[in-house]
Amino acid sequence: MKTRISIPATAKKGDILNIKTLASHPMHSGFRRDAIGALVPRDIINRFRCEYQGQLVFEAKFGPGTAANPFLSFHLRADERGNVVFIWIDQQGERTEELRFLDIVDDEY
Amino acid sequence: MRSAAASLLIVIIANFLLPAASATVPLTNTLSASASASASASASASASASASASAPVASRAQSGYHFQSSDTQSLQDDDFKNPGMLWVDTGRQYFNDATGSKNKACASCHKKLASSVATTFPKMNQHLGAVVNLTTQIQHCRSQHQQAEPIDYESETALALTAYLANHARGQRADHHVLAPPATLKQSVEDGGRYFNQRRGQLNLSCHNCHQDSVGKMLRGDLISHGQSNGYPIYRLEWQSLGSLHRRFRACDIGVRAQPQALGIDTYINLEAYLKQRGAGLLIETPAVRR
Repeated sequence: MKTRISIPATAKKGDILNIKTLASHPMHSGFRRDAIGALVPRDIINRFRCEYQGQLVFEAKFGPGTAANPFLSFHLRADERGNVVFIWIDQQGERTEELRFLDIVDDEY
Repeated sequence: MRSAAASLLIVIIANFLLPAASATVPLTNTLSASASASASASASASASASASASAPVASRAQSGYHFQSSDTQSLQDDDFKNPGMLWVDTGRQYFNDATGSKNKACASCHKKLASSVATTFPKMNQHLGAVVNLTTQIQHCRSQHQQAEPIDYESETALALTAYLANHARGQRADHHVLAPPATLKQSVEDGGRYFNQRRGQLNLSCHNCHQDSVGKMLRGDLISHGQSNGYPIYRLEWQSLGSLHRRFRACDIGVRAQPQALGIDTYINLEAYLKQRGAGLLIETPAVRR
């Protein structure tokens, strides 16, 4: 699964960051039919998690009514330098993980 | 009796000409203009031509962007949100990955990729002796020069590579070679024009009937656009996926209950060449987002 993540590489302590993610996924609802009329089996991403410094900071659950290529936008407060982990889990339990390092810069100098 | 018929004819002609003449000014190809702006422009145009019933005739090429809701437009405007960019990303990867029994990537031959390369299609391929569009050229390269598995016209690989190359030319005009087409392309443009104006299908409609005569009117829940090709391949919300211009042609042919043609067939490539000429002045928007 192909993903796109928008997060700044550096931030000041206490900054509120707008994070955006996009995942390429057909999100078959299980109700659509293909060209010959057969039901396309349900195939969706069930869950999205975002972890920052090992802590869960954002979670989303998707249902079969979600459009293809789900896009998410959420906010995160920059506290300490560390890894931000993005995890998509599909209905088979297959995980797609992406990692971004967030550096905290001091603006006093 | 004859003079009454003649004056009626004059009134009809005047109704066709007036709004077309007065609508030329505001209908420009700027990305900032919105659908509502063009709607009000055509409204004022029909008001100035007092007797006309409904006449939003677009006399200049207008991108399909202006016929979308502001939500859909914002999806296209933001490169991050635009789902079509997923294909552009993949296409960049395919372009640089070696494949096939010759173990060559597109980039092995096309070392210096001109940003304008997508604007030169459709064009005559001398080796094939046929007019090709960007996708059929990619298919040819894939099977001949890279000796790789042939790819289907609407496959993810073909779509991604086409989207990547067309996105490379975003913001450029695509019409330089079709405004005064060379002899090898002239026939193609003419044949495409004929297909555009030919009525077909059980509904007996030509492309022209909707995308020229009825621009700005509603077709059920949809605003009829000018039928321009500058945003293809597009991410269409109804498809929930990126799709080619030829897929759109097929959808229109099915819509008027005509026999849809095969993807990548000459008929559609000719129509594509004609649409480039018809859309003179428009800038490439790939990947555009449409309803």
